[in-house]
This record gives sequence, C-alpha cells and structure tokens, in this order.
Amino acid sequence: MHFDSQYFIELFASGLTKGSIYALIALGYTMVYGIVGLINFAHGEIYMIGAFVFFLASSLLTVLGLPMWAMICIATAASIFWAGGYGYTVEKIAYKPLRNAPRLSPLISAIGMSVFLQNYVMLGQTEKYLGFPEVIPEFDFLEPFASTFSSSDFVIWVTTVIVMLILTWIIKFTRTGKAMRATAQDRTMAELVGINVNQIISATFIIGSALAAVGGILISSHTGSIHYYIGFIAGIKAFTAAVLGGIGSIPGAVLGGLVLGMAESFATGYFSSAYEDVFAFSLLVLILIFRPAGLLGRAETEKV
Amino acid sequence: MKFPLRNSAFFMAACCLFAFAPAAASAGDTIKIGVAGAHSGQLASYGLPTLKAVQIIAEQVNAKGGIHGKKIEVLSEDDLCKPEIAVNSAKKLISDGVDAVIGHTCSGPTSAVMPLYKEKSILVISPSATTPGLTKDKEYPNFFRTVAPDDAQAQVDVDFILDTLGAKKIALLDDKGDYGKSFIHFAKEQFEKDGRAKIVLEEGITQGAVDYSAIVQKIKRSQADVVLYGGYHPEASKIVTTMRKKRMKTYFVSDDGIRVQTFIDVAKKYAEGVYASSSKDTTSNPLAIKAIEEHKKKFGSEPGEFYLNAYTAMIVLVNAIDKADSTELSAVAKALRSEVVATPMGNVSFDEVGDATGIGYAVSKVVDGKFVEQK
Repeated sequence: MHFDSQYFIELFASGLTKGSIYALIALGYTMVYGIVGLINFAHGEIYMIGAFVFFLASSLLTVLGLPMWAMICIATAASIFWAGGYGYTVEKIAYKPLRNAPRLSPLISAIGMSVFLQNYVMLGQTEKYLGFPEVIPEFDFLEPFASTFSSSDFVIWVTTVIVMLILTWIIKFTRTGKAMRATAQDRTMAELVGINVNQIISATFIIGSALAAVGGILISSHTGSIHYYIGFIAGIKAFTAAVLGGIGSIPGAVLGGLVLGMAESFATGYFSSAYEDVFAFSLLVLILIFRPAGLLGRAETEKV
Repeated sequence: MKFPLRNSAFFMAACCLFAFAPAAASAGDTIKIGVAGAHSGQLASYGLPTLKAVQIIAEQVNAKGGIHGKKIEVLSEDDLCKPEIAVNSAKKLISDGVDAVIGHTCSGPTSAVMPLYKEKSILVISPSATTPGLTKDKEYPNFFRTVAPDDAQAQVDVDFILDTLGAKKIALLDDKGDYGKSFIHFAKEQFEKDGRAKIVLEEGITQGAVDYSAIVQKIKRSQADVVLYGGYHPEASKIVTTMRKKRMKTYFVSDDGIRVQTFIDVAKKYAEGVYASSSKDTTSNPLAIKAIEEHKKKFGSEPGEFYLNAYTAMIVLVNAIDKADSTELSAVAKALRSEVVATPMGNVSFDEVGDATGIGYAVSKVVDGKFVEQK
C-alpha cells in the first residue's frame, strides 16, 4: 500500500489537538509534583470545573446580550479565576495539613478530593450531558483545510503555544518563577533565604489550575459537550503524559502530552481504535523500561 | 412425633384438596390458559405485569360470556426466570391440561421448556422472550411472540440503509459495550447475508475519550456512505459533531441508545439528519391508552414492563381461539397467522416463524431538533 501523505497529515493534526490538551493538563501535574512531590489526582476535576464555569458564565452573559468576543473574554477570565480558586482551596484543605505526613496520606486525600469534586458538580449542577456553546467561530481563511482540521483544532494549537510561552516567561523571568524554581530544588534552603514557600506552593496550584481550565474550555468547545465526569479520563491520560515526559519536568510534560496524543491518533489511524489505549500504554511501558525517569526526566537539571 | 405426623397428614389432605380443585373445575367446559414467568424474585417486575394483563382480559372475556360459551381459566406458575424451575412449571401446567401458555418471561427458560410444550402440541406466546433463535431456527411451530427479537432493531437499520439510503459502503462502529457490540454484531451478520453493501470499516471506540477526530479521519478515508453506530448518545454526539465540522456528509445511523432528546440538545445543529431506530411509538394508540387505564382501575398503579406486549398476546390468542372455534394447535396457529388484529401495539399478525409483524422498530430522523418517525 502506498503512503498516503494527506491521511498522515490528518492523523498528525488530530494527534496534535489531543496532545495539546493532554499537555495543558499534564503541566499542572508536573509542576505540583516538582514542588511538593505530590500527585494531585483532583487536577482532572479542576479541568472539568474550568469548563463548567465557562459554560455557566457564557450562558449567563448570552442572556445579557453581550457581543461574542466580550463574552468569550469575560467567561474565560471567570473560568480561570474560579479554577485557580478551586486549585488554591483544594491545596489548603486537602494537602497543606498533610505536608509532612507519609507520602501515601496526601495521595489518598487527593483521590478523595477528586471523588468529592465530581459528585459536587454532579449534585450541584447536573448528571446530564449538556451541549457546550460553540465559542470558536468557523474561520473563513481555514475553509480550504476544513476536511483536514477544523477551526477549533487551529485555535487549540495556537492557544496552547501562547499559553506555553506565557508559562515559560513566568518561570524564567519573574520573581515568582525564580522562587518556584528555587523551592523545587530545595524547599528548606528556599525558606532559609526568605522565600515564602506556602505562597509559592499556592501560586503553583493556581497556575496549574488555570492551565487546566483553558484546556477544559478548549476541548469542550471542540467536541461540543460537557459532563461532570470528563475530568477523570482526561486526568488519567494527562497524568500518563506527565510520567511519560518525566514527571517534574515542564518541557517533559509538553513532550509527553504530544507523544501520547500522536501515539493514540496513529494507533487508531493505522491499526484499530479498539487498541488505541493498549497501544498508548504499551508505549508508556516501553519508554519507562528504557528511561525510567521519563523522556526528559533526568536530562533536565532544571526541575520545576 | 405426634404433632408433626398429624400436621403432615393434614398437609397431605390439603394437597389432595388443592390437587383436585382445578380438576373439579375443569370438569366444566373452560379454556385453560397458563401464565408462566417470573412472579417473584429479582425479575418479578418483568413477569408480573404479564399475569395482570392476562387476568384483566380473562375477566373481560368471561364477563361477556367467554369464548363460544367457554370461560377462561388462568393458571399461573412462577419460574423465577430460571430454566431449571421453568421445566417444573411447564410440567405442572401440562399436567393441569392447559390449552395455551402466555410466557415464559425470559429467553433462557423459554428455550428450556419449548421442547416440552412442542411434544404436547401446546401453543406458547411469549410477551418478552427476545432471543432470535426461538423463531428463526424454525424448530417450534407452536411458538409465537409479541415482542421484537434482539436482532430486529439491527434489521430495521440494515433494511433502511440498504433500501432507503441505497448505501454501498458501510462503516461499522461500536463503543465496545455489551449493547453496542451485540447490535453491531447482528447488523454485520445481516449485511453479509444480504451482500448488497460492502463493510469497509469496523472499529470499536473508547467510551469517554477526549476527542474522536482520528477515528473520524479513518471513516472519511474508508469512503463509507454510511456510519452505523452501536452505542449511546454521549460518544455519538461527539463523533457526529466532529464529522460535520470536517464537512463530511456521510449518513449517521444508530440505535435507540441515541434516540433521546439529550442527543439533539448536545449535538445541536450537527444532529440534523441523523437516523436512529427505536421501538415504534404506541403512546398515541387509543387501545394502548385504554389498556393502561384498565390496569390503573384494577390495580391502582401504572403498568410495568411488557404489559402492553402481554395484553397484545392475550388479545390475539383470544381472537385466534374464537376464530378457530377450537383450542387445537394447528387451527389456532393458522388463525394467528391469517388474522390481523387491532391491539395496543398496532395491527398485529404473525409470520410463518412466529414473529409478530407490525411490532418492533422504526427509524426516526432528526428534523428541526426533533426525532421524526420515518414511514
């Protein structure tokens, strides 16, 4: 069979979309792990809550009759703010009191938090599937490519790149970013030189949650539906991506997300979607056999 | 030892009394109809409504003087939907001399007892046993049913795809769940048997995945005219949305797992033109409304599962015995096949293997945000 380059590009585009979303969520896992050495299993739920807040805010703003662009800006800001608030609160309630406890305790409280947030949204909002507003317009200049990738795919890629650039800037050049890197390297030492470690940990949770919220908004708008359970599978996949890339490493999370998304997409395209997950997780096992710390786990000395 | 002995003696006497009681009644000229199914246990909610439906109609017929002057006598046997118990229930009904049986409730027990009834030439009409083989294997000329077999839904979709849409290339998709997989399994068999269309793609998707664009690209590449999907609405709405965003005009046909308003509410404009099969809508049938009213009046509650199926079974049985003026199997079976009877489930007759024509599934299409049944 001859090589179909058009088909390859289509699968690549679909992998890039999935990978971008995984990467956005994986960043939250990896940043938190880098600083407090904790797997925040409630992170997938923050992604779901971000999408829900956007859904509620945009419904509310539509009633007020605001123009589309203003609605998107305000609803996104509300969603990021809210998700950040949830991330902050989850850390204060479930993880801070356990910071010096054995490693398993915060893990269990993280799982508890995840279950709690799912049920909280189910009971507080709805257990039904809801249609998500189509906030990403169909761009005319992308029409020639519509059969390969949609406008929402394009927006997901662009947004992800912008968000990554902002994140890199925060970590490399701001005082908070420097303090975060210092805390990740040695928490006690950072405290000794006058860094307010509690504040830095909170900032990490807030930034991670904001990224997850952006991912939640993008994917819900892309697929057009929302449900209280969407965070679970996305969270598991993003966690896998973070481990794949080397947990604790920021470029690793992005690379891991993209590798996982591509693996799933090409497995579906060239083999069978029935084995999509089998393929993705076999890849994970293989990579971890040869690089136990993940793709960029140790090569990167900078751990944030 | 004294009391138990006396008790058992008393018990035996009681048994004799009860054993002779129906025999005594049958001395009069009655038509005995057995109702066998789950009347207790976990699955009672599937079996009890059948008993109630039969009782309601028996009462009505008896109030009007019976069938050609013979009253209907209802004999009920509980089989708990367990094959081993069903065999005893069937033997009991046979020894009581039933003329026909409405039941059994579940497919397993029904398959287990059919040889017994066949040997004694007793007519059986099940309101709820859906295993395709009961009719399609053509083993039991005494078996009829007023419920669509498991593969009927797939059959309706397959016929619609081949005849109405005229599709030549089919993509089969399921959600790897029990329901979706068996639906697609039956559809595949029927496509292969028919041979008019080619299956170009067969895939199982992961439920709850973040995005389905890779599988949608694969469908596009297969150049299928139709996607037949077995599963539920959450995944279906994501797949349809992705397909339409990629400007694909491929038909999307599915099962009753997506025939809910939520599907349209979620997929919005992308749901337009999607086809889904489901049980024919009988809510506006005046006979169905009447049957439900009768249940409320007699039992003070809404009827349960398979009530209308059982009600229909009893109506066609009474009509067939009336027309045949006999309870002899071949005469009644002939009447069942030739008569078209107005029932709560529409105008019902039976084909040569015993499946009801007129009962079953229909294909609906999404038009302006609503499912509209296609003629």
